Amino acid sequence: MAFSFFGGVHPKENKWYACDKETQVFPEPDIVVIPMSQHIGAPCKPLVKKGDLVTVGQKIGDNQGLCVPVHASVSGKVKAVEARAHTSGTTVMSVVIENDHLDTLCEDCKPRTQEEVDALSVEDLINIIHEGGIVGMGGATFPTHVKLSGGIGKVDTVIVNAGECEPFITSDDRLCREQPEKLISGLKIVMRIFGLKEGHIGIEDNKPEAVKALKAHLAASDGIIVDVLPAKYPQGAEKQLIYAVTGREVPSGGLPAAVGCAVFNAATCKAIHDVVYDGMPLIKRIVTVSGDILMEPKNLLVPIGTSFDALIEACGFSENPYKVLSGGPMMGAAQYDLSVPTIKGVNAITVLGKKNEYAVEEPRCLRCGKCIDACPMKLMPVLMYKALQSNDVEEMKANNIMDCIECGSCAYTCPASVPLVLGFRVGKQLIRNAAAKEKAKA
Amino acid sequence: MAQMKYFYELTISSSPHAHSPVTTQTIMRDVLIALAPALIGSIYFFGFRALMVTLVSVAACVFFEWAYCRVTKMHCKIYDLSACVTGVLLAFVCPVTIPYWTIILGALFAIIVVKMLFGGLGRNIVNPALAGRAFMFSWPVLMSTWVKVGFNNAAGLVSTADAVTAATPLGNMHQGLMPDCSILDMFLGNVGGCIGETSALLLLIGFAYLLLRKVITPRIPLAFIGTVAVLSFLFPQGNDRIAWMAAQLCGGGLMLGAIFMATDYVTSPVTKLGQIVYGIGCGALTILIRYFGGYNEGVSYAILVMNACVVLLDRIGRPVKFGAPKKEAAKK
Repeated sequence: MAFSFFGGVHPKENKWYACDKETQVFPEPDIVVIPMSQHIGAPCKPLVKKGDLVTVGQKIGDNQGLCVPVHASVSGKVKAVEARAHTSGTTVMSVVIENDHLDTLCEDCKPRTQEEVDALSVEDLINIIHEGGIVGMGGATFPTHVKLSGGIGKVDTVIVNAGECEPFITSDDRLCREQPEKLISGLKIVMRIFGLKEGHIGIEDNKPEAVKALKAHLAASDGIIVDVLPAKYPQGAEKQLIYAVTGREVPSGGLPAAVGCAVFNAATCKAIHDVVYDGMPLIKRIVTVSGDILMEPKNLLVPIGTSFDALIEACGFSENPYKVLSGGPMMGAAQYDLSVPTIKGVNAITVLGKKNEYAVEEPRCLRCGKCIDACPMKLMPVLMYKALQSNDVEEMKANNIMDCIECGSCAYTCPASVPLVLGFRVGKQLIRNAAAKEKAKA
Repeated sequence: MAQMKYFYELTISSSPHAHSPVTTQTIMRDVLIALAPALIGSIYFFGFRALMVTLVSVAACVFFEWAYCRVTKMHCKIYDLSACVTGVLLAFVCPVTIPYWTIILGALFAIIVVKMLFGGLGRNIVNPALAGRAFMFSWPVLMSTWVKVGFNNAAGLVSTADAVTAATPLGNMHQGLMPDCSILDMFLGNVGGCIGETSALLLLIGFAYLLLRKVITPRIPLAFIGTVAVLSFLFPQGNDRIAWMAAQLCGGGLMLGAIFMATDYVTSPVTKLGQIVYGIGCGALTILIRYFGGYNEGVSYAILVMNACVVLLDRIGRPVKFGAPKKEAAKK
């Protein structure tokens, strides 16, 4: 039933560092920094000012349009509302909260009984999910309510992405093992919104424990199928996962809804359950802190806004970190300032040692074609890069550079260490710039 | 705000941050390992001069690349071992009696003119070793003096005056005759010819190693050798089709060319279909030159001609991108 997508690579999984470490509750930090932009779309406007008292789960930022509100993850006093470093590499307006460690809960966060949940309409559910600040927690941080409301009537297959194909990351694996019932409950809510009787959970075969736990909590009447897929990077990429589960190809430039699919990350499903049943907005998430130089890699349940260095310190390291990544080594963003806060889309912090260095001076393409065999989008990175080197925007477009999903399979496999992904990001920007110029002229 | 307790310099770079253990250097090292059986065989067949010629050629290639980078202040990458591969291949396509000065000139041409002037590894249009060989044919007598095979008949390390000359199987076949040695000898390499080309068996062992290590795919060699096999089977000279075909396959530089030269990444197409057409083109041109050309071996010129077609061959058989509209897919 499972299809195998084209290309892909097999990087060293390195899941053993953290996959058997039970999720620990990270002690609440004294200070949290909550950025107003933790999703794709318009940033929030702060709803609090310096000196205000906030409670756990209180909405502290919101805006009109494509926006998802953010909430306080601890109770205490607002110390500052200012621009702070963000995992994206820029600075973002953030609310800094000094924790009073009283854990005063916001009055709005009330649990619902099964009857109350059953009585909710689809609009109510989507509204609760929106107000709960839920975004795609696999890293892309697309607003979940938009995916839900936009997919009604179009989506016939819903897939939970528990693929977690990135090396080192084990947060979804731990979630499936420890709280499968909440994940399944969240998926059922999504199925109810779409009016579907069937749902899929896509997971790689390198997580047998998680598969076992999920299957143990599923009854035949649930209509939920666990699709065990071969471990291959990027199995968890949205388009590749849809292909692997359904055999459908999301059209170039299109959304999954175009082929009747909607994909939700495993952690997102659990967050949907939390907000619908417990009334708790998204203020905590599981973060895998792993890497080859950490003394004790961990899976931690972390309040949003906890700084990276607090988490890394909790694990200890044996040599000075060479790179600290928000995410895994294939697609993660390298950080230069470890005061950056953990945000909704951070599923892992990967700390790598010097031996991971592979960049070479003046890399030269050998034309070996290994990148073509690795590209899951069936592109030709070798020719895309050549077009980039000659600054030829038309040739870049003709070589479908805009279809690149930046998964890194080509650059991983390139024997000459040509910085392909970096090049394609530059190339995409050049195309966008050229398009903007055209528009300005017209 | 937690203060940073440790001092560390973090490196910022684009993802991915992981890399496959396969690098240019490991690939070139694998090619050298794959060439080793043929090199050892050549010492057995032609004596220590075969090794000496190879070492001189490798040293010259590495030196010229280093010197070029030194003079032009280009970043020197001799550690990627590609110059070593060129050096070994250049020696392999010369007779054992080749004077050292000739092979040094060949190396000069291969590295400086063909490789470095075009921008170094990855930018050259044609295979440097084969272009070097073509250049060395400026001294045709030196390039086509064949000694009788055998360790004891070997040409001396310094002087080649004592060497006993003999015809090669390909020389016989060029006149439309079956070679005067057995097919088995040709397969094992116990015949006259260039240093590294005589033993099909040892080259096939190298082929198996390259396939096992996934350095190359079998597409180009199989298309190349297959085309030669089919054409020589269809148009035999003499009575025995099978024997003629076997002699064509084991004779001359076909195995060396198909396995190690035509598969050079830089000068072969990147698309699957392109590679197959390229292999077929190499095979057809080889037979054409062997049958109708003035010189009895066609492999190297066939590959050089096909090298020049790579830009065109890269345009055929491009993969249809994931999620391409069905109409577009059908059109392609």
